[in-house]
Amino acid sequence: MKLTCLSTTGGGGSYHSPASHLLELEGLRFLLDCPIDLTALADFSPVPLTGDAGGLIRAVPRYLSPAAAAAAKVGGIDAVLVSSATGVLGLPFLARLPGFAHTKIYVTEVAARTGKLMMGELVEMHREFVRYYGPDTGELPRWMEGEKLNELLSMLEKAVTVDKGDDLTSLMPLYSPGNIEECMQKIQPVKYGEEVCFNGIFTLKASSSGLELGNSVWTIKGPRASITYLPSSVFVSAHALDFDYSSLKENDVILFSDLSSLNDMDVDNDKLDEHAMDETEHSLCRRSVLRDDGADVDEKIAFLCNNDDIKEEIERISYICSCIIDAIKSGGSVLIPIGRLGVILLLLELISEMLHSSSIKVPIFMVSETAEEIIAFTNALPEWLCKSRQEKLFSGEALFDHVDLLKEGKLFLFPHLHSKDLIAAWKEPCIVLCPHWSLRLGPAVHLLRRWHADKRCLLVLEQGSDAELCLKPFMPLAIQVLECSFLSGLRTEKIDTLLGVLKPKFVMLPEGLKSRCSVKGRPWSFLYYSKGKTIELPNLQEDFEVHLGTDVAHRLQPRKLNETTAVARLRAKLHVSSGQYQLAAAEKQSDQSKRHLLHWDAVDPDRLLPALQEKGMVCSFAADDDSSGERSVLITSPGEALVKITSDRTVIYCDDERTSGHIFDALSRVCNGI
Amino acid sequence: MAIECLVLGRYTAALSCIPLATARLDLLAHADAALGGASAGAGQEVGKSCVVATIGGKRVMFDCGMHMGYHDRRHYPDFARALAAWGAPDFTSALACVVITHLCEALLPYSHLDHIGALPYFTEVCGYHGPIYMTYPTKALAPFMLEDYRKVTMDQRGEAEQYSYEDILRCMKKVIPLDLKQTVQVDKDLVIRAYYAGHVCSLYFLIVLGAAMIYAKVGDAAMAYTGDYNMTPDRHLGAAQIDRLKLDLLITEYGPTFNYEHDFSIWSTYAKTIRDSKHAREREFLKAVHKCVSGGGKVLIPTFALGRAQELCMLLDDYWERMNLKIPIYFSAGLTIQANMYYKMLIGWTSQKIKDSHAVHNPFDFKHVCHFERSFINNPGPCVLFATPGMISGGFSLEAFKKWAPSNKNLITLPGYCVAGTVGHKLMSGKPTRIDLDKDTHIDVRCQIHQLAFSPHTDSKGIMDLTEFLSPKHVILVHGEKPQMAFLKERIESELGMPCFYPANNESVSIPTTDNLKMSTTERFITSCAAEQEGVILMEKHKAPKILCEDELAQVLGMERHLVQFEALGSSGIEEAVELEFKRAEAADL
Repeated sequence: MKLTCLSTTGGGGSYHSPASHLLELEGLRFLLDCPIDLTALADFSPVPLTGDAGGLIRAVPRYLSPAAAAAAKVGGIDAVLVSSATGVLGLPFLARLPGFAHTKIYVTEVAARTGKLMMGELVEMHREFVRYYGPDTGELPRWMEGEKLNELLSMLEKAVTVDKGDDLTSLMPLYSPGNIEECMQKIQPVKYGEEVCFNGIFTLKASSSGLELGNSVWTIKGPRASITYLPSSVFVSAHALDFDYSSLKENDVILFSDLSSLNDMDVDNDKLDEHAMDETEHSLCRRSVLRDDGADVDEKIAFLCNNDDIKEEIERISYICSCIIDAIKSGGSVLIPIGRLGVILLLLELISEMLHSSSIKVPIFMVSETAEEIIAFTNALPEWLCKSRQEKLFSGEALFDHVDLLKEGKLFLFPHLHSKDLIAAWKEPCIVLCPHWSLRLGPAVHLLRRWHADKRCLLVLEQGSDAELCLKPFMPLAIQVLECSFLSGLRTEKIDTLLGVLKPKFVMLPEGLKSRCSVKGRPWSFLYYSKGKTIELPNLQEDFEVHLGTDVAHRLQPRKLNETTAVARLRAKLHVSSGQYQLAAAEKQSDQSKRHLLHWDAVDPDRLLPALQEKGMVCSFAADDDSSGERSVLITSPGEALVKITSDRTVIYCDDERTSGHIFDALSRVCNGI
Repeated sequence: MAIECLVLGRYTAALSCIPLATARLDLLAHADAALGGASAGAGQEVGKSCVVATIGGKRVMFDCGMHMGYHDRRHYPDFARALAAWGAPDFTSALACVVITHLCEALLPYSHLDHIGALPYFTEVCGYHGPIYMTYPTKALAPFMLEDYRKVTMDQRGEAEQYSYEDILRCMKKVIPLDLKQTVQVDKDLVIRAYYAGHVCSLYFLIVLGAAMIYAKVGDAAMAYTGDYNMTPDRHLGAAQIDRLKLDLLITEYGPTFNYEHDFSIWSTYAKTIRDSKHAREREFLKAVHKCVSGGGKVLIPTFALGRAQELCMLLDDYWERMNLKIPIYFSAGLTIQANMYYKMLIGWTSQKIKDSHAVHNPFDFKHVCHFERSFINNPGPCVLFATPGMISGGFSLEAFKKWAPSNKNLITLPGYCVAGTVGHKLMSGKPTRIDLDKDTHIDVRCQIHQLAFSPHTDSKGIMDLTEFLSPKHVILVHGEKPQMAFLKERIESELGMPCFYPANNESVSIPTTDNLKMSTTERFITSCAAEQEGVILMEKHKAPKILCEDELAQVLGMERHLVQFEALGSSGIEEAVELEFKRAEAADL
């Protein structure tokens, strides 16, 4: 088993760009997630160009080629397991690679659908640039040539967040709708809990990760090990089906790829230094007490599944809502360029509630290519929602409040700002939800230009997306900016407890979390991975498990070798299906089954002679050449034959098959064999 | 011989890990009482469905239906008797789980096999507290059905209710919803999984919304239970919908009385004609409705709340849109409107065609359906009204019928089948001009009558196809009429070569199941791929047996291999040997 961490982009596996790995198992290569790296997008100036773009590149944007593309070029990829809609976004870059031609992509139905919508939206919005500058011909644009690029690089030195290893010359044009379609063709959509068989020997199963609708944790069960691919997860969710940890129990290896806590560390570094260590120590102590008490699993689960996280999340969103209300009250409009489905759905519910309770009537607009479809299908997927929303189905209520908002004319959905009915419905102040795309594409750009100088207006941004660079083309800003963070994964203090419940043998942990997870006294061992490095885990077991049909077993003819050992010859057909090796009875049971095919130890020629005579053969020792240690037996009747015996070999010279058969049988009786 | 014992002993030990190498099937109930057979013409079956299969020692109850034909204790399956037979203290310990496969497969919920009616009784009165599984749509729609049953049984007999509305709610709370293909670990050994049972392209696709084939597995023993709805896997979709399961047993319902056309719409040879005739029938229906409303008439469509109503309404709504009609469409019952809500949320469970069309607009979001009040039936002007019950046996559909039947401008559509004694049945048989409701109430019938045709089949092709596709080792037929089941058994055994049974009520069948020994083997044995694998099993005392390649065995046991080769005589130098021999003989002679 080999693991190569391909990327931890976005500062380490954020919600928008999960980490990407290459996992090699039993000679097959699995790509785990393939997000798109949008860091380069922010280096381009939005269109139409107005004023000074602050040194941003004025051209059709290019995108960093996903690290997976290199891996696909080198060794090909057999299968892709995708954990979220964002993990699909980079795949069309691979669509045309020969190493990707026969690849199967496994992703949940909902993530596939959301992912397809997002990709479609990206391509559509990107067209705005193409319309402005003309098509990107695929040739190296002028800005990427030598001097100019260096100039830009030095100018953007601070802003560019690309790693040293990459450089801007590896930027490539965006994929086409055709590429997306090719990728969608390869996708095999799955449901939670559905076991799919890959290549006969692997069973793949997605289970809910709780973070977002359709996001999944993958279990890969191979013939010699079971592996959990654990991306960002949330125990209790306000919209998505809860994290299904119970289906992950006792898998051998956990690839821990929830890097959200790394982000926390970056953000509250100061806080961490002061409190975190105490806190960790404290919680570790507390839990080690638990462990001593007999590792009360129930208590661990209660700790994991307490709904503090989601309460906090709702508090956070409520706070955002109160800021929004304030802005509205002052007469300003609110722009919320956030692409997180769960956050949007919650925001919609809470804002409308708050607007209602403070009897303010302002329209809410959702301006996005995907708005209509997203809103329609979120109300038709009860199987993917958290328990409380499922209860709504069973009591006959709509799954989300947005259904009523639409009906009551409080929420409006438009694909673009230039949609024909938008002008008629448009009224300021208003609240606008739209996708983020680094604030370079789509409605966010136009609305920000409209409102950036109005200090009554409010811009709600998600933290960590390098706000300074994103906002650069809109400077100077008078608009109020609210940066907020949302629940994106497991909290560090829960990791240890979770591992305790899941009971793995090995845990592959990002290097960055090394200091935060105690090794002492844990029954599992850690392996640490970091970007671009390959770590290897030896086979957990050398042997394979095989299922032997009882009918085959009953036909075995064991032969005793000594007091403690017996052997039996086995002839069977090997089938592989659903991750199981099965030995079934061979089609024709030849009469040869009695014959030995494997012989060992020396043959005593003095015993062979009587054995042959017993079979009615006329035979005698031929003259021996003592020096070579070879002895020969000559058979004259019923056919002619000669048997030459040395210490490690017996050769039967005979033209007549029957006679040679008889000789072989006689030999088998005097020789150890099977 | 000690070694023999060791080997056998090991095998025996391995076998006893799976204590019951057979699957047992107990039929708690399946009906063979016929009601009103003569009048219906096709022999109508009334029954309750409840089958308990014991697989690898785990008892699984499939469906928990009640019998609409009986008014006494035979109403419910004989649970007490089963419990006594199992020798368990209570139902919770006796059963691993209960699975409801579907609600009811007919348009005619009161006259056909029921699958869920006894569930609240079983959980709330008999005290079963174990897990209960059903698909999401079944769970969502079940309370409707149960409450309807409860009311009907109370109305019919006035008997003290056996369970209350609160019992229904409490019971439904315990139900764990199932998604399709989701593998559920019921307990340590038992795994169940639901498969989509009805990618049906007929007019009646909604009837079995949420119906599923249930797969159950313990160790190596596996079985599937399927209803008599359309499960025919077609050659293109089938493989994707139902995996090739290695089944020891397939239990299939076989109620041949009402197999509607959708059972047959899938096979390619018939598909085209059926599709054509279906389209023709739909056109006919729309034409009749359009003609009536454009003449200022009213259309009454009596239906049951679930399934048919939504389906016909979808057809009309789409037609209204295309023809730009502004005439209101009403639903009489709040129930139906609520049901529409469920259909909207459960769109993922309907046919692919509908799913594909709903990217943005939900087809159950009927644009032309207007708010309705009971007094509207007196309003002038054209309209379309969906009213319950379907056979005009009472309720609002009868009320509307009374008002509208006397006018020749109006139209009444009838379902293809109505129980004898109902107004619907009277309208279907001949062309009555007057209907006597009772001694004093007479209705003049001058309105148009349009019969929604559908052709009952009594073909077994659907089951045969499914059985062939799944290739189980054994087949059990349940819920059919004896002669037909005997006929089908004959076909399955002769054409497919599978042993087939059709046990009667309270009868048990045992069948052998697969079981395997688990062994370890080396990488070389696995990777040296050949059509027929040759290897050696090494059995050592106090060690698990292991399968090796030949040369690996030599290595493991530290033996020196002795090669045995065959050569042609000519190459042996035998002449010299023989000559030498002769010389020796000569020498001896001399």
